[in-house]
Amino acid sequence: MRSVIDIKDLSTQEIEQIITVAEDIIKNPDKYAHKCSGKKLATLFFEPSTRTRLSFEAAMYELGGNVLSMSDAGSSSASKGESVADTAKVISCYADIIAMRHPKEGAPLVAATNASVPVINAGDGGHNHPTQTLADLLTIHREKGHFDNLTVGLCGDLKFGRTVHSLINALSRYKGINFVLISPEELKIPSYVKNEIKKCGLEYVQTKDLLEYMPKLDILYMTRVQKERFFNEEDYLRLKDSYILTPEKLATAKSDLCIMHPLPRVNEISVAVDKDPRACYFKQVLNGKFMRMALMLKLLGLED
Amino acid sequence: MNIDSIKNGIVIDHIEAGKGMEIYSLLHLDLLDCPVAIIKNVTSRKMGKKDIIKIDAEINLDMDILGYVAPEATVDIIKNGELCEKKKMTLPEKLTDVIFCKNPRCITTTEQELPHIFNLTNKAEKVYRCAYCESRATEN
Repeated sequence: MRSVIDIKDLSTQEIEQIITVAEDIIKNPDKYAHKCSGKKLATLFFEPSTRTRLSFEAAMYELGGNVLSMSDAGSSSASKGESVADTAKVISCYADIIAMRHPKEGAPLVAATNASVPVINAGDGGHNHPTQTLADLLTIHREKGHFDNLTVGLCGDLKFGRTVHSLINALSRYKGINFVLISPEELKIPSYVKNEIKKCGLEYVQTKDLLEYMPKLDILYMTRVQKERFFNEEDYLRLKDSYILTPEKLATAKSDLCIMHPLPRVNEISVAVDKDPRACYFKQVLNGKFMRMALMLKLLGLED
Repeated sequence: MNIDSIKNGIVIDHIEAGKGMEIYSLLHLDLLDCPVAIIKNVTSRKMGKKDIIKIDAEINLDMDILGYVAPEATVDIIKNGELCEKKKMTLPEKLTDVIFCKNPRCITTTEQELPHIFNLTNKAEKVYRCAYCESRATEN
């Protein structure tokens, strides 16, 4: 049974196929309105994440399918001590596909190993979030038309930011990508992610200064410093305002820069930037829904 | 010191000095009924000092454990008092329940019955990562 736990579970050809389907959904939504008729998606969310859950649910409804939702882990069997493996086996009896978010890293892999239906990782702690990466890739593709030869700036929490690691992994498979890694010292990218970039023969620079490389960037991917990833409140408070993107800071940026953010934001992108035509973060949300639709069609064998 | 030579059995040679007892325990050699000898700090031309384990029985060794803990070791299979096969260790691609994940955010910390699986991700640097959370294995 095919599941998607990590963005690397999908080849670049498969990602391109999913993008093609997503772009066709955008153009011809009626063609897909009943594709999943009679199918049920179970959303198993063991930690709160309203937007990802709603995105999956909206995606399934727009494909004509139904949704079984377990949004509150406190009311679930997990609170009675049921294992992830058992939950996956039980839910497989009710649903045709599962989207799972869990605070523990690797939980969706355990579910996928035990489920008899496809499992999509909807975020496991600070580890993987492949459908966010698919949303990011569709956004880049729609804005730039290609993935090769782009200068991609990633800014903020590069240490705990799983979306950043997954996006780097996905983009490292393309030619001529230059990464600009912008973060405070304490939130620098882990060395194994840098090794992945090097292994792919790509270039990167590390800097603390957001403005230094601004004129060169094709993509600027901002991230939130996430409170829930810190064990120590003091460190969080000290680092949370490291970078705040304002219209003034964008003065030297390219006219076709694509500003992205996985959302939710706190204050790292000033609301004044929202009016800038280069701001793509709300488009990213919509693209996420289209990619989840295309991914579910693929995993259910209904993409044709 | 006299240790009888083996007729039919196994000699694990070229073990890094000091690791003999760890291997004895990881391979559960304490459960065997046959004679087992751990010889520590034997002078070696190549290694300076080494440990050797002799097992006077033909048993199935877990080569994955041995390959991980003592990749420099060799395994000699003795039949009728003669060396019949010499095996060199290689790092195993996958380890199950040999090392344990210490990442407090890993699913293995809450689901105690899950096997701890590690995959070899960098052979040159002997890097193993947890199959669930991808944390790097740390030496005990």
